[in-house]
Amino acid sequence: MVLARIEELLEKYENGETTLNEEQQLKDYFSQETVAPHLEMYKPMFNYFLVNKQEQFTKDVPLKTKRTFNYKWISVAAVAVLMIGIYLTKEPIVDSYNEYAYGTYDKPEDALNEVSKQLAMISSHFNKGTQAVGYLGKVDEGTATLGYLNEIENTTSIIFKN
Amino acid sequence: MTQTEFLNIVMPFKDKVFRLAKRLLVSTEEAEDATQEVLLKLWRNKTKIHEYKNVEAFSMTMTKNFCFDKLKSKQAQNLKIVHSNYEEKNTPLQKQVELNDSVNWVSKIIEELPEQQRMIVQLRDIEEYDFDEIAKMLDMNNTAVRVALSRARKTIREKLTKTHNYGVS
Repeated sequence: MVLARIEELLEKYENGETTLNEEQQLKDYFSQETVAPHLEMYKPMFNYFLVNKQEQFTKDVPLKTKRTFNYKWISVAAVAVLMIGIYLTKEPIVDSYNEYAYGTYDKPEDALNEVSKQLAMISSHFNKGTQAVGYLGKVDEGTATLGYLNEIENTTSIIFKN
Repeated sequence: MTQTEFLNIVMPFKDKVFRLAKRLLVSTEEAEDATQEVLLKLWRNKTKIHEYKNVEAFSMTMTKNFCFDKLKSKQAQNLKIVHSNYEEKNTPLQKQVELNDSVNWVSKIIEELPEQQRMIVQLRDIEEYDFDEIAKMLDMNNTAVRVALSRARKTIREKLTKTHNYGVS
């Protein structure tokens, strides 16, 4: 490259007016083996720039992927547990229900007889109970006789008036 | 967003973030920590990542702010960031050694620049961003960036000329 051009570029460079392209030209020129003796002092500078650009960051960055716990999964798990629970308890319930539903009697007539027997027994016991309560009628009679006490009151009031 | 998607977004500019952090904090370890922190912050806000117009510019701004905070807190504690990255570059050629030596000089000269100029040199001369992008990243206007850059470049040139002429400044 023409020396005059380089000198001109250097001047512009110092004034901060060079474009990136022109600066690249300067860098290229000064990375040559030989440069004009009076420009020798620029060589280390441009070399430094080029060398420095090679420096790399080699350390690892510990990027932790935060596993944020998704609460949606809790509901999914809950539903699953519920389903399993229902499934496991369903069979025995139905079985015992069936047992009660069809009873211990094979024939409906037998069942009817048994039921009416039981009901008759209950009603007889019930009647026994009401007979015992029947004596409460006597209490009513007692209170009726007490009614005569009112007449005593009448007479005493007459006495105290005079 | 998955980890791979995130990495695909972040990979192209993670080195730039690191280099900017290193430019400001000087120490490699500190810069690594800063880069990690910036990337983790992005990862934590990954749900918003699509809302950013320019993730890269956003990250660079974040890096700048993070490093400034770091520097401020170090200053407050009256601690200096100690850096121990003087690596031996195993190049057998004498010429190469000399070159590395002067390259180290450049690094020292840039270190002496004010923070803002350092950042601008980093973003322009090393990362090759255009002025509009730099202005956005640093929250400055275009002309201010140019002026600061010009100043930085002149300072570097002056100091380099001195070292070149006298060997050691």
